[in-house]
Amino acid sequence: MTAETQAANAAAVADFRARARWQWYEPIFWLGAIAWYFLFPTYLPLGTQVLCSALFALSLDLILGYGGIVSLGHTTFFGIGAYTAGLLAKYGWGEPITCLLAGGVTAAIAGWICSFVIVRVQGVALLLVTLGINLVLYEIANKAYTITGGADGLQGIVFWKVFGVFDYDIEGRVAYIYTLAVVFLLFLVARRIVYSPFGLALKGMRENWKRMPALGAALRHHGALIFVLSAAIAGLAGALLAESVQFVALDSLGVQRSVDVLTMLIVGGTGVLYGSFVGATVYMVVRDQLADLNPAYWYFWIGLMLVVVVLFTRNGVVGALSDAAAWFQRRGRAQS
Amino acid sequence: MFSIIQGIVQVLFDGVAFGMLLFVMSVGLSITLGMMRFANLAHGVFAMLGGYVTATLMYRGGWPFLVTLPIAFGLVAVVSVALERFVYRRVYAAKELDQVLLTVGIIYMSIAAAAYVWGPEPMTFTLPDYLTVYRRIGWFSFSTYGALLLAFGTVITLAIFYGLERTRFGAMIRAAVDDRRVALGMGINVNRVFTITFAIGSGLAGLGGALGINALGLDPSFPIEYLVFFLIVVSIGGGGTVKGALAASLLLGLSDTAGKYYVPQTGAFIIYVVMLLVMLWRPNGLFGRS
Amino acid sequence: MTTAALKTHGLNKNFGGLKVTQDVKFELPVGARHALIGPNGAGKTTFINLLTGLLSADSGTIELDGRPITDLPAHQRVKRGLARTFQINTLFPDLTPLEAVTLAACERHGTSRQWFPALANRKELIEEAYALLAELGIGDQAHRLTRHLAYGHQRVLEIALALATRPHVLLLDEPAAGVPAHESGILYEVISALPKEIAVLFIEHDMDLVFRFASHITVLVSGRVLREGPPAEIAEDPEVRAVYLGTAAHG
Ligand SMILES: Nc1ncnc2c1ncn2[C@@H]1O[C@H](COP(=O)(O)OP(=O)(O)OP(=O)(O)O)[C@@H](O)[C@H]1O
Ligand SMILES: [Mg+2]
Repeated sequence: MTAETQAANAAAVADFRARARWQWYEPIFWLGAIAWYFLFPTYLPLGTQVLCSALFALSLDLILGYGGIVSLGHTTFFGIGAYTAGLLAKYGWGEPITCLLAGGVTAAIAGWICSFVIVRVQGVALLLVTLGINLVLYEIANKAYTITGGADGLQGIVFWKVFGVFDYDIEGRVAYIYTLAVVFLLFLVARRIVYSPFGLALKGMRENWKRMPALGAALRHHGALIFVLSAAIAGLAGALLAESVQFVALDSLGVQRSVDVLTMLIVGGTGVLYGSFVGATVYMVVRDQLADLNPAYWYFWIGLMLVVVVLFTRNGVVGALSDAAAWFQRRGRAQS
Repeated sequence: MFSIIQGIVQVLFDGVAFGMLLFVMSVGLSITLGMMRFANLAHGVFAMLGGYVTATLMYRGGWPFLVTLPIAFGLVAVVSVALERFVYRRVYAAKELDQVLLTVGIIYMSIAAAAYVWGPEPMTFTLPDYLTVYRRIGWFSFSTYGALLLAFGTVITLAIFYGLERTRFGAMIRAAVDDRRVALGMGINVNRVFTITFAIGSGLAGLGGALGINALGLDPSFPIEYLVFFLIVVSIGGGGTVKGALAASLLLGLSDTAGKYYVPQTGAFIIYVVMLLVMLWRPNGLFGRS
Repeated sequence: MTTAALKTHGLNKNFGGLKVTQDVKFELPVGARHALIGPNGAGKTTFINLLTGLLSADSGTIELDGRPITDLPAHQRVKRGLARTFQINTLFPDLTPLEAVTLAACERHGTSRQWFPALANRKELIEEAYALLAELGIGDQAHRLTRHLAYGHQRVLEIALALATRPHVLLLDEPAAGVPAHESGILYEVISALPKEIAVLFIEHDMDLVFRFASHITVLVSGRVLREGPPAEIAEDPEVRAVYLGTAAHG
């Protein structure tokens, strides 16, 4: 091997390594999440909800931003996770960690069953199927009010102490720390997937699923695997939310929430991991600020946000930020 | 025994009328999808707008119901052209996801706008007297409103098929749906054909929404409530096939009516389950091209 | 008698009423350099789609190395050594060529659903991908996004993606389509430099290229095989000249 090819090979490998390396803003982001705990003690419940929504958006990002599978009904799995944890607690088993895992497992099983249809359809049919599954489940939860509480939601659930030590407090301190820890762990899992060979295959599916079989890719297996994973993470997010608010609302299965999470992800940016966190934060804060407005009207601004993001940004807030950074870099170089 | 037959006839009558209405509302979406591969989830906005136009003209302006219908058609067609020109055209080449998001955003904005202009509550109507009476033929009784839906639906459906199969413009539409590139090669101005088709399709949605105000109900969340119906029509029918859209509309109209008649407590549940089974069985729709 | 690398028998395909492939009998010997020609709309691309499993045939059989693959899904045919390129670029716009070819290498190794180890630690796959790009002369393009690549380089990437699956039968659908004349020759030099073990079938409209690089020609007209034989014979055939070369000369 000549020195030249050796250098080129090293550059090729370094390319992949550089992509996967932790960036400077990543520790800042997570340290900021910890700082939130100390800086805004009265906003911890909001912070917990943002984290749960971000995790939910992250699960959607795995199928949509990486796998290219569009879903209009992803809250199916969020709701299944929430109800699983809630029902366990209601009927006598309120240990948070096992309830959380149970939420993830049932959502994964549901995702596995759904995946048989999901991987066979594309385009509008895929929208219909995901939406349809969501609607069916909503109807079931609505009608089975003896079990689920119907439109009143699942009330009177109590979760035990986390690790048998930390009791959920009114200020939401324990819930925040616990949620942050779980979300961070699952973020690491997502990060691992994204920079693995499987992550590359997912990007391939997103970029051009028609080409994939011609490379020998078993598209349906890829699709089913990421769908199950994504469903599991969505279920974990739902269970986390149920545990922190000690309540499961029927609208955790509502189509509205499916569209909300899609909106968060798009506003933040798809296929960039942090897009879901940025999007969830922006969305929740905007909604918090517009809370005085009649919901009938504030959806106007959410809709406008979607239209603007699609027409005028390349990839949501994260896309706009990285474009701006690139612009400054180019300008800096031109001046020096 | 007799009441069973009576029930079946009733369901057939109402189901076909509802199916026709669905077809009139959604045929435009099917063609749009076939021609431009453009998934306009906001199609229901046009139907809602048609409904509000008719309602407003009737109750604020005192216009006769039948006179408001062509106005609903025309106004919605004009609005849709503006939307197509200035917004939609930018995303034809974009990823499907962008189209979905853009049109979802438009749904949200129009829901809020409708709530602002017409109020968030459902509109209540009193139809003109001649539409609220029941007629009897032998033992079979039907509302004149249902008969009107059926009559209009049949006439419009026939007109659509005639237009598509027998006119020059229809031939251009079919060519463009079949293969855009070939149509371009034949010297067809696909963009213009599309704009006109889009206007007609949207106008028809507006007309359907206006005709159906009494059967469908009218409130700002209309575009979301009926979104799944439109998606079912184009997916089960197979995007781009008008016959498929008609068959799917009738199937949907009949099964929805039958479900409400025989098992009212299950709500829309049955349709969704049947739809999922159909998608599992034929992912490209019952009449779609593979 | 040696078995052919690829063989079809009585292959048929209709689109509605349109018969696009009609009773096609075809053989590609091991290591062949074989051209498939015919006027626009003759059904050449459709034939490739049938061979690779992108479309399923209405009737007829397809054999790869003497084993039937008629009912095999597309990706499994690739695993058996049948690869193709596309007439219209079918690439991954937001991946770099290096990523795309590495992806193909992962698929071949069956590691594409693994999470461990991280991609950066699959050195051998990355180096293999880079080596292939360098061999085809686009090593210096390896780190740019595909959508920023010059069209000619994208055409080469098409071939690189197919080769990354390590095929022994390669189907090229107008590899030089849209490439300026002086560059298409270079593209074909790349193709003719491929290892002898790989059987190549290419679709090409440019007759100079066909006669320069093909050892055997099949002429497809309206979905039927009109003629097949060595270039000299095809060039002399009056019917081919009338149907195909004549129209090509005018159009
Ligand atoms: N999916 C399809 N549905 C319907 N008709 C099709 C489809 N694909 C191809 N056709 C038609 O089949 C015929 C053959 O097409 P094909 O693409 O195989 O031709 P070709 O020989 O590759 O032509 P070219 O030289 O232009 O590439 C054409 O008339 C085309 O319009
Ligand atoms: Mg071709």
